[in-house]
Amino acid sequence: MTSLKHICKQAFIKPNNKHFFLKRNIASTTLNENYSNNYDIIIAGGGIVGCSLACTLGKNNKLSNKRILLIESSKNTPFTLPEKYSNRVVSLNPGTKKLLTDIDAWRHIESARFGIVKRLQVTDALSDASICFGEETSSENVSYIIENNLLIYAVKKELERLKNVEVLYEEKIKEYHLPDAAESHVNLHLENGGQYSCDLLIGCDGLNSRVREAMGVQYLNWNYNNVGIVATLKFSEEINNCIAWQRFLPTGPLALLPLTSSMSSLVWATTKEHAQQLLGMSNEQFVDALNEALWKVYQRSNIIDRTLKAFDTLLRASNIPADLHRRYPPKIDSIDGRARFPLGFGHATNYIGKGVALVGDAAHRIHPLAGQGVNLGFGDISCLNKVLSDAIYAGSSLGNVSFLRDYESERQKYNVGMMAVVEGMYRLYRTDFTPIVLLRSLGLQATDVFYPIKKMMVNQASL
Amino acid sequence: MAGKTLIKNIKNVRLHSSTIDNKEMLHFKKFVDQWWDEFGELKPLHAMNKIRLPWIRESLVTCNKMEDPSLPLKGYTILDVGCGGGILSEPLAKVGANVTGLDANVDLINSAKVHANLHKVNVNYVASSVEDHVQDNFEKYDAVIASEVIEHVTNKQEFLKACVQCLKPKGSIFLTTINKTWQANLATISLAENVINAIPKGTHQYEKFATPHELQRILEEYNCRTEVVHGTMYNFLTNTWHWWFNPSITYAMRAVKLDK
Ligand SMILES: Cc1cc2nc3c(=O)[nH]c(=O)nc-3n(C[C@H](O)[C@H](O)[C@H](O)COP(=O)(O)OP(=O)(O)OC[C@H]3O[C@@H](n4cnc5c(N)ncnc54)[C@H](O)[C@@H]3O)c2cc1C
Repeated sequence: MTSLKHICKQAFIKPNNKHFFLKRNIASTTLNENYSNNYDIIIAGGGIVGCSLACTLGKNNKLSNKRILLIESSKNTPFTLPEKYSNRVVSLNPGTKKLLTDIDAWRHIESARFGIVKRLQVTDALSDASICFGEETSSENVSYIIENNLLIYAVKKELERLKNVEVLYEEKIKEYHLPDAAESHVNLHLENGGQYSCDLLIGCDGLNSRVREAMGVQYLNWNYNNVGIVATLKFSEEINNCIAWQRFLPTGPLALLPLTSSMSSLVWATTKEHAQQLLGMSNEQFVDALNEALWKVYQRSNIIDRTLKAFDTLLRASNIPADLHRRYPPKIDSIDGRARFPLGFGHATNYIGKGVALVGDAAHRIHPLAGQGVNLGFGDISCLNKVLSDAIYAGSSLGNVSFLRDYESERQKYNVGMMAVVEGMYRLYRTDFTPIVLLRSLGLQATDVFYPIKKMMVNQASL
Repeated sequence: MAGKTLIKNIKNVRLHSSTIDNKEMLHFKKFVDQWWDEFGELKPLHAMNKIRLPWIRESLVTCNKMEDPSLPLKGYTILDVGCGGGILSEPLAKVGANVTGLDANVDLINSAKVHANLHKVNVNYVASSVEDHVQDNFEKYDAVIASEVIEHVTNKQEFLKACVQCLKPKGSIFLTTINKTWQANLATISLAENVINAIPKGTHQYEKFATPHELQRILEEYNCRTEVVHGTMYNFLTNTWHWWFNPSITYAMRAVKLDK
């Protein structure tokens, strides 16, 4: 009550006859006064996406007088580059590299290590069809392979230099109170009892997002019967290792991502039963199984082979140059650090609400077969950064729905498109039913020679 | 209960001049407590900020020697006539402008003050009509804004005259309002108020709408040159405003006060 009087006095209002219309505002503010920890923006979750978002917003000069807090439940472990490569890597597209360069984080990766993909070669184990993007001799890169922990380290190094961003490690957020119509603040409670409030809460808390739960949005999701196996691979010799290989096997896609001239990273999605077997093997047995998966000639349908040949002749007759230099994947010699990950699909029907937004895996989760998961998150970051600039530049509050709505519609348009393509590919390749294999092979072969379509696909993938 | 509250508040209404219609005042009181609800009855006004603020900003900030990119309107003095609860005044102040919010309704001004105070925004709110305000504030402002106001004003000539007098020579006057056409009547009264209830009943009266030419003619009388007339369009379904080639329903215009 004191605060009510106080506020009213400041505003030259007699409390008795006016508070009928001020009550709601004041109620929410008295609440906020208990929270000494008030920030403009709080980011929940400091994974790859949360840290990069904090850094991007912190470096945005339109937001320079805003206070930003990042809360992460895990420890801030100091990082020194180990000799051994980590088995958790991501493939970053040129759009993501540009964002990392803009926030000055890329230079830390550049001075450490990363793999370059100049060519992506996708093959179908059930036919001769293949599709390639990019050229080994080209100056343009298709993507970059970076270890997760190195990426986070590079971003954190920049984050530490920012005065307007504070980071709380080893603190778990327990509860979120999102604002109703008359309120304007988000309040949150930590497990240790601490309380914070902000104008805008951004959920970067990953696939089991609690922020998403608090928003009460619908979440469309399912688990694949597939699991992902990751490992670091060594070849028997040094090669010009700049091709990312992807082979679609009847059990799921397998990918080799280049790290160095003699090492690649493996991402192998396969059935649960098969994964169980693979993980139970000795290293030598695993290498044999892997080489077999890369090289095995599956029993093919005659119809497919004949039709593909005919189609190829047709394409040549129409003077469309086919890629004659078909490459073959390297022979694997040894492996290191096997691990498994569950794979699933998820998409939130809404990314925003009053005073709240979801970014990264909290909003969407896709099959790693196209290596797009974290790139979609980085796309979210640059879009949200722009939308918040617009809001500030128009004197709007950060949590204003009419601006946040722009973020949601732009990103959903893009993400849903990408997710549908990836999901479609996943389903298309789960079958060995001849007519479908034939159609997909024809599609793959045709796309491979139709330069404009390929160009479009590459542009789409690197946005 | 609602009726009681209303009667209680009629007593508080102090009318400052002939240009404000008594009936109009009563109407606004009905939803004063919902003024700041982004999704409430005034959501079209909240949504309009998304186009009107950038428009005002881009029209004023012509040179690019901005000191602080988050405060593009720093150094500009702006008069927001008919500011109501401050839906436009606050964001203008947040991008750096030195804003005076003017409204004849004391209750609205008081609620605007409380809101600004709570949100630590610095706006100078004054309960007065523009005709009274100009007495002590002749040629004081870089810009005068009357957004969604003219359609509630009876004597437009007197109103605009006072607005222009508040303006410095070379200053800009910004108006957004409803056109006096059958399309506007259909869209804003028949449809918006009576059929889809997008805005409260009784908000508008057709007789008070004005065409761009009418306003342009009045402004010319007071030495202002009209620079632009833009059509605007409100989408009820998405609660968004767009610029539109056709000013036949709602429009925004800007005029510049010429040097003598
Ligand atoms: C096998 C595999 C391979 C992949 N390969 C690729 C690839 O090649 N390319 C690619 O782009 N993507 C790939 N991805 C996807 C990519 O790893 C994810 O998209 C990315 O890591 C998501 O980052 P994020 O920050 O959104 O979520 P997360 O990394 O899940 O981060 C969430 C963070 O929030 C914190 N947190 C959660 N709840 C709380 C709380 N209550 N309080 C405080 N902190 C909290 C957690 O501690 C965590 O640090 C792959 C994924 C898998 C599984």
